[in-house]
Amino acid sequence: MRYRLRLLVLAFCLLPGWGTASLPAAPNTDDPVLEARLNHLAEDLRCVVCQNESLAESRASLALDLREEIREMMRAGMSDDAVVESLVARYGDFVLYRPPVKPLTYVLWGGPLAFLLIGIALALATLHRRRTLRPQADVSPEALREAARLLRSDHSSHPGSPIASGRASRLSHQEER
Amino acid sequence: MRRWIPLLVFAVLGVFLYLGLYLNPKEVPSPLVGRPAPDFTLPVVGRPGETFSPSEVRGEVWLLNIWAPWCSVCLEEHRHLPRMVADRVPVYGLTWKDLDREAAPLLARNGSPYVAAVDDHDGRIAIRYGVTVTPETFVIDREGMIRMKHVGPITPAVWEKKFEPLLRELQS
Repeated sequence: MRYRLRLLVLAFCLLPGWGTASLPAAPNTDDPVLEARLNHLAEDLRCVVCQNESLAESRASLALDLREEIREMMRAGMSDDAVVESLVARYGDFVLYRPPVKPLTYVLWGGPLAFLLIGIALALATLHRRRTLRPQADVSPEALREAARLLRSDHSSHPGSPIASGRASRLSHQEER
Repeated sequence: MRRWIPLLVFAVLGVFLYLGLYLNPKEVPSPLVGRPAPDFTLPVVGRPGETFSPSEVRGEVWLLNIWAPWCSVCLEEHRHLPRMVADRVPVYGLTWKDLDREAAPLLARNGSPYVAAVDDHDGRIAIRYGVTVTPETFVIDREGMIRMKHVGPITPAVWEKKFEPLLRELQS
């Protein structure tokens, strides 16, 4: 019982802190529509100082400033695309969490797919080779017959079969104890 | 031959990972290079009533150095900057988020390396310049175009390798 409790505690300790990391920062305006737009947009934008966080999650001071800047652009009536475009113009594609598909990023986007295709091709080739494998020619018919007999005898329990002898030896082992 | 393939793949991967060790994640390429420097008009630190705008230095090659009083590397840079620049080029400062109003007394005490340092109190102009860390330095040409962005302090080696040749080209 105590052992199980310990396991449970250990399991909880090993859980990553999901709940804490992804909460969007508290809104500080009274326009819920704008805040929703901002948070939706900020999910896909990188916080440029804390590079593994999105702009929505980050509490870094530059991230707060950037969110305020985005709010202002939105209040000025800019569309989401225009806001993103103006941020890319200053910080580069780096500010996007989803890099755009362009010649420089073809390998990035196509790489996983290429690896998947290579894997499938290798698997198919291996399976094909195994299926077309010829049986070995130098096995005599007697040996095959003997093998078939042994396989059959496995299921019946006449004396001398491996199962029967196994049981017998186990019994004798218990008697000894 | 076949059994060497995994080793070969491993070696190639190893080379890439090794090179990756020397990449600086802070060195974000700036899309602003080759574009006009964003304009602004901001109050000058320590000179009440005075403002500065990049349009005032149109026709000149100049440097814009982003710094902050809470950035110790910037203060270290201040000590060496005048000697390296040696009046070759005017250096203007953009004081980033001086929330505690420390910049003016600090520059007065240590001596300012700037022709003028403007006060970007809420950091909005720095955002227009795509600033992520301090110090950062922009080289701006006679047409008001950004020609280079350097992230991190300017050391004598950096000055000689990156700034000198570019300034010579821009000022000729």
